[in-house]
Amino acid sequence: MAIEVTNIVKKFGSFAALDNVDLKVADGELLALLGPSGSGKTTLLRIIAGLDWPDSGEVAIDGENALSRGASERQVGFVFQHYALFRHMTVFENVAFGLRVQPRAIRKDEATIRARVKNLLDLVQLDWLANRYPSQLSGGQRQRIALARALAIEPRILLLDEPFGALDAKVRKELRQWLRSLHSEIHVTSIFVTHDQEEALEVANRVVVMDKGRIEQIGSPGEVYDNPATAFVHGFIGESIVLPVDVAGDAVRLDGRPLNIPALGAASGAAKLFVRRHDMAVGPAGTGALEGAIRHVRSFGPIQRAEVALAGSEGKTVIEIDAPRDRELQAGEIVSLQPRRYRIFAAQE
Amino acid sequence: MGLTLTWLSVIILIPLAALFLKTFELSLDQFWAIVTSRRTLNALKISFGLSFAAACVNLVMGTIIVWALVRYRFPGRRLFDAIVDIPFALPTAVAGVALTQLFAQKGWLGAPLAELGIKVAFTPIGIFIAMVFIGIPFVVRTVQPVLIDLDPEIEEAAASLGANRWHTVFRVILPSLIPALLTGFALAFARAIGEYGSVIFIAGNLPNISEIAPLLIVIRLSEFRYADATAIAVVMLVASFLIIFLINRLQRWAQARIPVH
Repeated sequence: MAIEVTNIVKKFGSFAALDNVDLKVADGELLALLGPSGSGKTTLLRIIAGLDWPDSGEVAIDGENALSRGASERQVGFVFQHYALFRHMTVFENVAFGLRVQPRAIRKDEATIRARVKNLLDLVQLDWLANRYPSQLSGGQRQRIALARALAIEPRILLLDEPFGALDAKVRKELRQWLRSLHSEIHVTSIFVTHDQEEALEVANRVVVMDKGRIEQIGSPGEVYDNPATAFVHGFIGESIVLPVDVAGDAVRLDGRPLNIPALGAASGAAKLFVRRHDMAVGPAGTGALEGAIRHVRSFGPIQRAEVALAGSEGKTVIEIDAPRDRELQAGEIVSLQPRRYRIFAAQE
Repeated sequence: MGLTLTWLSVIILIPLAALFLKTFELSLDQFWAIVTSRRTLNALKISFGLSFAAACVNLVMGTIIVWALVRYRFPGRRLFDAIVDIPFALPTAVAGVALTQLFAQKGWLGAPLAELGIKVAFTPIGIFIAMVFIGIPFVVRTVQPVLIDLDPEIEEAAASLGANRWHTVFRVILPSLIPALLTGFALAFARAIGEYGSVIFIAGNLPNISEIAPLLIVIRLSEFRYADATAIAVVMLVASFLIIFLINRLQRWAQARIPVH
């Protein structure tokens, strides 16, 4: 089902958790809401679910106004970061809960409920745990049960709030791939909230980057990584080198010294130069836009990561770059650096 | 381990053993005659029956009070929260006198009740009210921290799964509170069985009608019939132990299903 969020405003006291947010989610999408804590992503998810109410704005699910209904009437599956399983019920009863509390008129008979729960437990590959209690399960298993429980009500949309946030790194990685393949199997429109960019880029079809209650950029994982729309997105997604520069016309200056690169249309005034670590080409001294002394080199896998103290900054500005290992860099070496790809954004006041 | 056992022995087990030893002064026939006498049986019936009833009422009312104190923000909430502890702290005789005054035929509550034909003071109803009074904080204080710790997300989860408020309360919240509710019930029940001070003022203490077992023990002691007193005490002890043990097992069973984490 498609979701359309229009002009949502939500304030907690004087703090604007959501500041005029618009978002359209197409049927069958797997969308990530990505942002730092306090960016409003969880609040947005909770408003769509009916667990929170906006101060103004509209939410439509499949074209019909969702705000006139409470959470229990929206038929929206919600998965919590800390699972929120009912600890006095077995795994089986947890999954069956949504079916057992249906109004009598549409409630299925016991045999149908049992069959459906069995199917869901098969789907999350945990049918052998049906008679256990949540406390006897690992974190990853609990989250899969929570997902099965949410799917039991045949939700029109599935919302996941930091679903892997409480799990350790290895389980998290497994579950990411599992979630993606599950989504391609059942195709329910899904939104998940995360502060982990890697998770968002790896799992979602589309990523919504949020900061301070606003949407900064919406795009495919490739778009938000390669073409960040704002300084925030560039800094938040992927590792970036950030240098404070001045732009005058088409000239860019760092600490008053001209950098031999075009301003790419950035407005004159104070600005920030963003370069990915691996987009900084290392060459012999005197051949690039920047120059510096290598302080320290660590080599691992296909790259070597070098700390470079930029010349002219009295050793205060130290940047980290990733260079391929075709030429081993040495600590103490003076090198020049040339950004291959970069973006310049006006500095925020 | 050693310290625990020693301490338990000195504080609890040795006095209890002395109690049992004392009853051995009686022959089995004598013992049986004492504990099956009409007055003893009635006193035990009153003590255990009313304590059970009071604990049941405290369970229900205590749960409602806890709910209000934890879930609602209202003016004077902290004051009410503090008031709950008063039955803990108040000397029981003071409570007894106060309740007697209140429920006497000319008291603030006694007078309107008398008009309805309900006599509270100097009847079993009075005993029941005193037992409710002293038992309520046990339920409130055992359930309160558990309800505070109850994750609001489980209610949201229930709602998102389509559960209405009724389902959420009776299928999700209350079952999660069962171990704490049982503990509170057991404590209130045990306290009511052992209660003496507040009850004897309001009870009227008519043999067979409003005489509680602890009072009968005191009466026997004042008559220097020590063996009689200990015989009744032993029966109370064994009965209390069995009941508490039973509740404890129930609690274990519930706890095993609802571990803390």
